[in-house]
Parts: sequence; C-alpha cells; structure tokens
Amino acid sequence: MNAIWEKLTFYWGYPFVRYALVVGVLIALCSSLLGVTLVLKRFSFIGDGLSHVAFGAMAIAGVLGLTNDMPLVMAITIVSAVLLLKTGQNTKIQGDAAVAMISVGALALGYLLMNIFSTSSNLSGDVCSTLFGSTSILTLSPGEVWLSVGISALVVLIFVLFYNKIFAVTFDESFAKAVGTAADRYNLLIAVIVAVVIVLAMNLVGSLLISALVIFPALSAMRVFKSFRSVTVCAAVLSTVCAALGILIAILAGTPVGSTIVAVDILAFFLLSGIGRLIGGIRK
Amino acid sequence: MAQLTCQNLSVGYDGRPVLQGLNFEVSAGDYLCIVGENGSGKSTLMKTILSLQAPIGGTILTGDGLRKNEIGYLPQQTQVQKDFPASVKEIVLSGCQGRCGRRPFYSKKEKRLAADAMDKMRISQLAGRCYRELSGGQQQRVLLARALCATRKMLLLDEPVSGLDPKVTMEMYELIESLNQEDGITVIMISHDLSAALRYASHILHIDDSVFFGTKADYLRSPQGKLFDSGKGGGV
Repeated sequence: MNAIWEKLTFYWGYPFVRYALVVGVLIALCSSLLGVTLVLKRFSFIGDGLSHVAFGAMAIAGVLGLTNDMPLVMAITIVSAVLLLKTGQNTKIQGDAAVAMISVGALALGYLLMNIFSTSSNLSGDVCSTLFGSTSILTLSPGEVWLSVGISALVVLIFVLFYNKIFAVTFDESFAKAVGTAADRYNLLIAVIVAVVIVLAMNLVGSLLISALVIFPALSAMRVFKSFRSVTVCAAVLSTVCAALGILIAILAGTPVGSTIVAVDILAFFLLSGIGRLIGGIRK
Repeated sequence: MAQLTCQNLSVGYDGRPVLQGLNFEVSAGDYLCIVGENGSGKSTLMKTILSLQAPIGGTILTGDGLRKNEIGYLPQQTQVQKDFPASVKEIVLSGCQGRCGRRPFYSKKEKRLAADAMDKMRISQLAGRCYRELSGGQQQRVLLARALCATRKMLLLDEPVSGLDPKVTMEMYELIESLNQEDGITVIMISHDLSAALRYASHILHIDDSVFFGTKADYLRSPQGKLFDSGKGGGV
C-alpha cells in the first residue's frame, strides 16, 4: 500500500498526469449526463455511430492535410448527430438502423481513405490508436486542457439549465409538444451537445469505447435508483469515480487508459446490479 | 363561441388524407367521444387538434379563452415509458412545462399546482414512488394528473382505459366524469368502448365510411347509432 502511495505521489509531480486526470474526469462527467437521456431515448449506440463519423472525418482531414482537424471533425459530427436524432421521429429508417448504417459506413470509408491516401508509415498503428484511444490523453497541452474544461463547464451548465425540459422531452415528446414545449429545438440541442462531447471524448478513449462511457454509468444507476434526478446524479458521480480510478490504475499498471476506464465501469455495473437486486429482494 | 371549431378539416400523413371534410365544434363543458374502427383516423385527428401535425386542409379554431397550448393530453403509453426511471412527482410536475416558457426551473406556484393535481387524482401517497412499478390504473392517473397541470379547460384522452381491468376501467371513467361534471373541464375522448361512450358522453363523433357528429340523443336516432342499438341490444 505504501509503495503504491509513493508511486502515486511520484507521478503526481508530473503535469501530464494531472492534466489527464482532470480531462478524463470531466469528459466522463459530460458523457454520463447525456447517457441517461440517450439510453432512455433508445439511442445507446449513438455514441458508437458518431464516434465512427468523427473517425471518418479525421481521415478526411488527414487526406486534406489539415494540421488542425478539430473544426472539420466537429462540424461533420454535429451534422450527423442532428440527422440521426431527426430520423428517430421519422419512420422510413428506424433510429437503430440509421445509427448502424452511419456507424459502419463512416468507419469503412474512413479506413478506405486512410489506406488510399496514406501519409504515415504506420497505418495500422494510427487506426488502432484512433479506435481504441491512444496515449494522447497523457500528452495533452495546457491549451487542450483548458479547452476541455471550458466545454465541459458549458455542457454541465446547459444540462442543469435545461434539466426540466430535457426530462419532459425524453419522457414524453408528444405531450411536451402538445403543451407548447419546443421539443424539436431541445432535441437539436441534445444532438449538438452529444456531438461535441463525443469529439472531445475521442481523445480519451478512442471511438470504439465512447459508447461505454455513455451507456455504462446510466445503466448502472438505473439498477439501483428510481427517479430521474437520482439516476442522473448517481450516473454522474459513478462515471467520474470510475474514470479517476481507471486512469490511476492505468498509470500504475501501465495498461491502456481507455480500456482500463471501461473495465472499471463494467465492474461498477455488476456491483450496482447486485446492490439493486439485493434492495429489490428486501422490498419484496 | 365554441372552445374548439373544426371547419372542413382533412387530416392524414405525408399529404395523403385519412379523413376528409370534418365539421364539428366543442363547447365548454362538453364531453365528446370520438368512436370508430381502428385505422379510421381517430388518433391522427387528435394529433392534428394538438398541433402535433399540420392539417391537410381546413382549419381548427380555438376560442372562448382557450389557447392552443392549454389543451391537456393523455397519450397512449409508449414503450419507452414502461421502464423509465422517474418518480410520480417528477412526471406530474413536467405537466407544468408549458407554463414555464423559457424559465428553467419550476416555481412554488407550479409545485403547488402539481400537488393539487395529485390530490385530485388521489395519488399523493405515491409521489415518491417509481412510475414503472405502479399498476396500469395508477400510471394512467399519474398521466391524468400531469395533463391537469397543463390545463383546467380541456382534456384530450387517447383511449384512456386500454389495457385496464374492468374494475379499474370503471374507476377511470368515473374520475373523468367527475372532472367533467364537477370541475367543468371539457373532455374529448377517443374510445373503442361504444357502450361507455354512450353512457358518459354528451356528444358523439362517429368516424367511419360516413361521419356523424351530434348529441348523444341524435346519435341514437342516426343510422350508425341504430346499428349499434339493434346489434348489441342496447347494452347501455
């Protein structure tokens, strides 16, 4: 125990460790807040789909030789998010099918583009790190850290301000519309925030594991808690704790950061499932 | 002036009308039942009245102090709601959403309104309970309380008793009747249950190959009404 503590304080001396911890925890917080709404709207896989879109967009940015790919990636992802959440209301292509289509399509095209116009000597390494998250969270610059802090603060603020509206729109869209809530506008807002969070989160865990950050805390919280507010709060707390633990373990054990966080999330899910069953058993 | 007037109204999806040339009006305190076969366009009509979709032709006018967003709505339950983690209080309070406008949080007055609505529906003791753990009848009462938060003038109910057992169905009908009789709330209800419609409604809108609109007494003398009377031996 003492040795671990010593190792931790040793690493704490490095700024990149502190940066990683701050950014990781904030991104986990943002994605868990949205996760509750997305899971309940049956859009669990939107994180997956959009992150693949972002992957495709990165490939395009790479081909075009852009040094700063953030604006392009952000724009393409936001447009896709808006389109995806719109199809949820339309019946021609169902929500899950639309997500699957865009997800797989963008992944394939992105890889194809990277392959044809490859500029790097280590293509499979590049692809792997975009998909599974690289060590880039450990190489963040102070500017990137402040950007993440700013965007996360904005996401949390918007979520708190629109909490009641988001609840109304998620629980019953047609009722909300009937009593005059601009449901479409709030759906659009949700879509844009989701896209922003996902592009941010790609730095941390890579495209494949973003879904986990979105779904696991929400699902775990729903095992135990019964009201929307308590589920949201629990998901947020759980997600930040798991992210912090995951990053610390990853640093101590030298494991990949993204997968370690998700592994901790999975453990938490089983733990809360057990607790939920226990409480349910007592109530019955 | 009537609270709701539909003139030469056509409703449908994607520009294809399901129902055409509807003319009817609803006055304050009326109890209108909309009856008809599945697929005759009852739900589409209701969505059009609620401005959830645009009419294909004709006009819907509101009057007598009723505004478009003052119509309370009891929708059919969706799949999403069946496992939604939300407490009764949260759901009822969300009925005040239309009153909030751009304000992000609920005021004290709105919280009191929600408490009143729960009282009226006799679900105050369930306030902290989880919606998905309630019985079907309790869930409907929660949604009715939510609709009451949105309006004290007009309620639109989309098959409020579907899936309820006979005893709870009776209680539900009586609750709706008391809202209509004692609180003077106008009720428009879609129903499959013709005998209940004839028992509680003041007016009937029968949608089929031919459309009938009028008072209950007129309906019983009409061809559609007579069909029902002879066919089921007047099971009213």
